[in-house]
Amino acid sequence: MFDHVNESLRWIPFLPLIGAMVSGIWLIFARNELPRPLVIALGCLTPILAFALSMWCVFQLATTFPAGERFFTDNLYTWISAGDFHAELSFLLDPLSAVMILVVTGVGSLIHIYSIGYMDEDHRDDRGFQRFFCYMNLFTFLMLMLVLGDNLLVLFVGWEGVGLCSYLLIGFWYLDDHNAMCGQKAFVVNRIGDFGFLLGIFVLFWAFFQAGHPTIEFHAMREYVGEIAQREVALPAWLGFLPGFPTWSLLTLAGLLFFLGACGKSAQLPLYVWLPDAMAGPTPVSALIHAATMVTAGVYMVCRLSFIYSLAPGALATVAWVGGLTALFAATIALCQKDIKKILAYSTVSQLGYMFLAAGVASYSAAIFHLVTHAFFKALLFLGAGSVILGVHHEQNIDLMGGLRRRMPWTHLTFLVGVLTIAGLPPFAAFFSKDEILLGVNLAHDVPGHMVLWGMALVTAALTACYMLRLYFLTFTGECRAPIQVRSHIREQPTVILGPLFVLAGLSVLGGLAGLPNAYGETFFGIPRSNSLYYFLEESAASAHHEVTHAREFLLAGGAVLIALAGVATAALLYYYRTDLVPKLTAVVRPLYRLVWNKYYVDELYQKTIVRPLLRVSDAFFYRTVDVRIIDRIGVDGTAKVVRDIADRGLKLAQTGLTQSYVFVMLLGSVILIAYFVRGL
Amino acid sequence: MIEPWHYQVVSALLFMTGVLGVLIRRNVIVMAMCIELMLNGANLSLVAFSRMWGNHDGQIFVFMVIVVAAVEVAVGLAIIIRLIANRDSLNIEDTNLLKW
Repeated sequence: MFDHVNESLRWIPFLPLIGAMVSGIWLIFARNELPRPLVIALGCLTPILAFALSMWCVFQLATTFPAGERFFTDNLYTWISAGDFHAELSFLLDPLSAVMILVVTGVGSLIHIYSIGYMDEDHRDDRGFQRFFCYMNLFTFLMLMLVLGDNLLVLFVGWEGVGLCSYLLIGFWYLDDHNAMCGQKAFVVNRIGDFGFLLGIFVLFWAFFQAGHPTIEFHAMREYVGEIAQREVALPAWLGFLPGFPTWSLLTLAGLLFFLGACGKSAQLPLYVWLPDAMAGPTPVSALIHAATMVTAGVYMVCRLSFIYSLAPGALATVAWVGGLTALFAATIALCQKDIKKILAYSTVSQLGYMFLAAGVASYSAAIFHLVTHAFFKALLFLGAGSVILGVHHEQNIDLMGGLRRRMPWTHLTFLVGVLTIAGLPPFAAFFSKDEILLGVNLAHDVPGHMVLWGMALVTAALTACYMLRLYFLTFTGECRAPIQVRSHIREQPTVILGPLFVLAGLSVLGGLAGLPNAYGETFFGIPRSNSLYYFLEESAASAHHEVTHAREFLLAGGAVLIALAGVATAALLYYYRTDLVPKLTAVVRPLYRLVWNKYYVDELYQKTIVRPLLRVSDAFFYRTVDVRIIDRIGVDGTAKVVRDIADRGLKLAQTGLTQSYVFVMLLGSVILIAYFVRGL
Repeated sequence: MIEPWHYQVVSALLFMTGVLGVLIRRNVIVMAMCIELMLNGANLSLVAFSRMWGNHDGQIFVFMVIVVAAVEVAVGLAIIIRLIANRDSLNIEDTNLLKW
């Protein structure tokens, strides 16, 4: 037997928490910032130490146990205990969370280091620098709680906590009303998803409770899930239009509810609208929270609950279709945007759709693989964009950039690596992860319409290559279109900013080796079973297994590369060789262009159909009627009035002003009390 | 032979004298003295029981009461001095403004 308890696990999340608490408590009670070197040490060293500790724990995990028995647990205490139900505050390190903590702490540390350079200039006088690192550390802590949580409740604590940090950091420069509004939007939209997530927890717990296993702990749920697989729930009559009416499998219902949560957190249709607006936050925040880690929590959660989704094909197909549609939808919007961060935001939405598509065809390892490579290249792209934004003095419109290749050579080089990676060109990391997703979709015969999904994924790949190259050409090549007074000041950024870019660029190039598909490993390197990520993750989230010939795999990959190259070529033609074609082209398809430029008017649609009516109901009914009339007038004023009237009509006569009458009443009371206790009356 | 109940009778008499004094007399100083009488009635009872059971808890309690009584006298006399200054009278019924 192996000892699966590892008490050092708790320090992985607690180290960043220490950083957040020290700087946070200092900020509450002190007027000044801590000395800047101390802020940097606290803010950056704690995630770096957490990364080192994660490496050590994962190394132990991989070497101590044989495959199939790899997990560490660390139980802090029993959090909730009610009858047979116990919720522990405990952490679980298994292959799935191992991959996640390495990404969170690794990429997180790089972004923390980058932030030293990025946040320095604007926050010389206020206390923003320390506040920023306090929030970032808090976020790292909660994200680690999310991925290390041993049961649904701990996961949920992290889930809500990262949402809070996201809100705090989007509105970090809260003096600008717009930023604060964007933070609120993110928070409110996420609330809709969390509602589904919470209901999912209730449904699942209720089912397990009725089956005699009151538990929400992942290992136990996985063991007993077979006992509730056959349970059905009756749908109410007004839901008669749904497929499968009048009964649904309980696991399908739970899976869909959890996926609603994932849609909110991971910005999928129809709840994606908050992510582009979340770009109001500082750029390192966009890189860490809104690209690399938090928004992938939904994908992680679907993979973590893969044992439920594998028994609920309906829910899984929904995941695949929503993911596929989101990927395509967001990619088309990204094609026409002008704000460098918005383009990257829509690209993130699209890539997250890709991950859900992979999870939806039960290729969980492909989803996690893409999650990892995406964390590398998207963090790289965002940090590169941040460097560009600093270079052109806080301008985000790519129409006012251009020609930055000579002025910022290192930023240019690393950004190019990121662009080629996301475009899916070999041998960069995303080529392999995208390839595995496309293969999984192509072979998923049990998902309805899988060939349509595959086609959509291919089109998305082409669009991705196209809009990313467009962004690259407009930013780095051609003439510089920045205002004349800015143009002469554009400089390369200092090492503290470039360093993380180089590391991430290296990871974007080499990251694919973690999950090198077997076909490539065997053909080119002679290594059997080279897709180590797939085998590593198998025990946490067993992916669908497809027997497929290498020839077919290469054929599919070749097709995908050709399609990506077509996207690259289109972008090169339009934005590099024949820039005069673009205005003509947009003039030809003007209505379509305007539709896409305005993001399909989805925000306006939500504003009209949901936000405005809700505000009107809130104002007319909940504010004017419930709050003012009922609570204020009847509840608060009414209570006071009743008490006053009773006192006025007679109770006040007890106040005689004669001291001795008070003494008498007191004496009488004492006598009655004593008589009661002595005689037991 | 003096039995415990003899003490209790004396204690009760002292206490009731104090109660009646507070209830009946109008002079503030006399009322304060009557409160002291009530306290001493209770003290006597405590000491008597303490002796009867052969432990010291009751006597310690009496010390406590004496200390509190001393403090209370200080506060009470201060109030009485202010009353005389403001009302020019020791009659408790002249101090009756706080009423309906």
